[in-house]
Amino acid sequence: MAYGAGVDVGSTQTKAVIIDEDSKIVSRSLIETGANVVKAAEKAFLIALEDGNLGEEEVAYVIGTGYGRYKVTFGNAQVTEISCHGRGAVHIFPNTRTVLDMGGQDTKAISISENGEIIDFCMNDKCAAGTGRFLGAASIALDIPIDDLGPTALQSKKPVKISTTCTVFAETEVLSWLGKGKKIQDILMGVHSSIASRSVSLLRRVGITDQITFTGGVAKNIGMIEVLNRVLGMKMNVSDDSPYMGALGAAMFALDHIFESRIPLRETIE
Amino acid sequence: MNDAKNILGRGNRDGAKLFRDWFSELSKSAETGNPAAYVFVMGSMAEILRVFDLPMVFPEINSLQTAVRHVSDDYLNEAEDYGYSPDICGYVKADVAMQLRGGEHPMGRIPKPSIAVLTNACNTYLKWGEIWERMHGTPMFTIDVPATRQAGNPSMPGSEQFEREKKYIVAQLEELIELCEKITGIKFDIDKLREIMNNANKMSSCFKRILDLNKSKPSLFNALTDGTIYLGVANTFRGTPEGVKYFNDLVEELEYMSENGIGTLTDEKYRLSFIGVPCYPIFRRFNEMFTEWGGTFVTSTYLWFATGGANLGSVYDLKNPIESLAQGILISVRDAMDSMFNPEIPMAKMIDDFSLDGVVYHPIKSCRTVSTGLADNRRALMEMKDIQTLFIESDMMDKRVVAEAQMKNRIDAFFEGLASRKSREAVGEV
Repeated sequence: MAYGAGVDVGSTQTKAVIIDEDSKIVSRSLIETGANVVKAAEKAFLIALEDGNLGEEEVAYVIGTGYGRYKVTFGNAQVTEISCHGRGAVHIFPNTRTVLDMGGQDTKAISISENGEIIDFCMNDKCAAGTGRFLGAASIALDIPIDDLGPTALQSKKPVKISTTCTVFAETEVLSWLGKGKKIQDILMGVHSSIASRSVSLLRRVGITDQITFTGGVAKNIGMIEVLNRVLGMKMNVSDDSPYMGALGAAMFALDHIFESRIPLRETIE
Repeated sequence: MNDAKNILGRGNRDGAKLFRDWFSELSKSAETGNPAAYVFVMGSMAEILRVFDLPMVFPEINSLQTAVRHVSDDYLNEAEDYGYSPDICGYVKADVAMQLRGGEHPMGRIPKPSIAVLTNACNTYLKWGEIWERMHGTPMFTIDVPATRQAGNPSMPGSEQFEREKKYIVAQLEELIELCEKITGIKFDIDKLREIMNNANKMSSCFKRILDLNKSKPSLFNALTDGTIYLGVANTFRGTPEGVKYFNDLVEELEYMSENGIGTLTDEKYRLSFIGVPCYPIFRRFNEMFTEWGGTFVTSTYLWFATGGANLGSVYDLKNPIESLAQGILISVRDAMDSMFNPEIPMAKMIDDFSLDGVVYHPIKSCRTVSTGLADNRRALMEMKDIQTLFIESDMMDKRVVAEAQMKNRIDAFFEGLASRKSREAVGEV
């Protein structure tokens, strides 16, 4: 049995996924990226190997993705997370025609053709507004763990309107709402709504379809899922493996290579 | 072999030399204090100004040169310290700083303006001219070119409307001639104008031929890098014997390459078109992000609008020089506007002619004029043609808004899509 692996080195978290010849996930790992990107990639891969009870030699091909993809020094090739999230999303939800990937510093809207190819993509530009970082800023300002942000926001009855589009200024605005005596859940719902609004704007640019798959670390946030579904007026596809979708897509590309499938990959390491 | 050695690379070598010579001449003018005309690439009026031996200064070219030479940040910061907003045209700010430094430029010294000649092709031109008016008391002459926003449907020669518009331009040219006579003390010489227009005719014909030659496979020049050199010479040496020689030689070089199957240094896998203004602060690296994937720019709208429409290869009628010049201005400036505001119209036609695999849109932060409609243009093109496109935003001058890592990510994803499509085409899936 040959295995393919994908290692997604993101700005906040590093994920690794190993799949078998039938494209089934056999193991996965998720760690904080930290300051040493090379080490994070190695560690995530080793944890995934251990989790799958696999030896390194059993993994025939490794693809690095994410901003740190060129730091996956043990990898065979690199593919952007745009292609990988698209590939992973289509693997889990084959009818996917649009992907919304919300990560630590990026939000991407990706348009997918009927045969699973990337047609178009659009990302936040040179600014972390509308990304996971925005939630991170709110988490710090309100002193609430990241995992509790979504459930807390859903308790809101009277959400406030967060008007700033700047992640740095958002913290100030959150504090000013606190100063005005607003409830934490209402402020948080305002934060979620602000991010959703910017994300839907990206989706509109590539075209909203009735098969949107939500991926990335923020797709674990039930508050964000709920708000986005509300704004879009539909239910998005969301998998428990959403944060791993980039790594999964990378692993799928690795499998293509193992079986010399049709997707060509550039094999250069900077 | 000797032929090849002499011919290959000549366009870039000679272009660079001409450019150095041109800046050197400007430095001499700055020292002597002789009158100089400040002009713009979209409607430079070189034909008229050269009759009066007025050295021409192209502030847009001066400014972009500061970015190519990695000193634009110093100039931009100086203009911002002086009070100009970070959000306005980077070319303007670099020029303002250069004026404040008494013409100090990385390629030499730039003379002060004795006259500024502009068209309404760009809204910033007018405000820019006013800056020199305030700083130096420079007279500013604006050629008002009517109906420049016709989206591919302008009035045509022979029609009643066109003839009226031509008269309007002729009257303005006559006023410009009077003003030039007053500034220089030189009497207008129509035979000299004919000679200059004859040279411009030869250059325009060559320029069009050069653009067409790049339909060759592999392509003969990179429209972004090599093309910018050609563009510089087309503007600065318009109407001169040096310009004619340069472009004759260039046609010879490219025809030689075409006949012998010689392409650029890129192992050409993807033929691309570039829409917008280049990213000068990382000019070489920007191009490398494409060439390392085997992508090369075979055409660019920049070579159209930034030559003021010289891409058309329009030829003046030397029997009626002023009228013919007016007609040329109307046609070429309008075409430049169309290629800036509605690039999807010509681009849709060129996709097959140039065997394009993809189209790259590059809106820039500091020029909203050229960038605002590009998102819609892109959508319109994709509706018309089944072509992959890339939309990346940065700047022509300001490195502070050039995010190379993000740019590379998008470019890599674009090529992954192109690669995937090529392989599907290979197995007959597309």
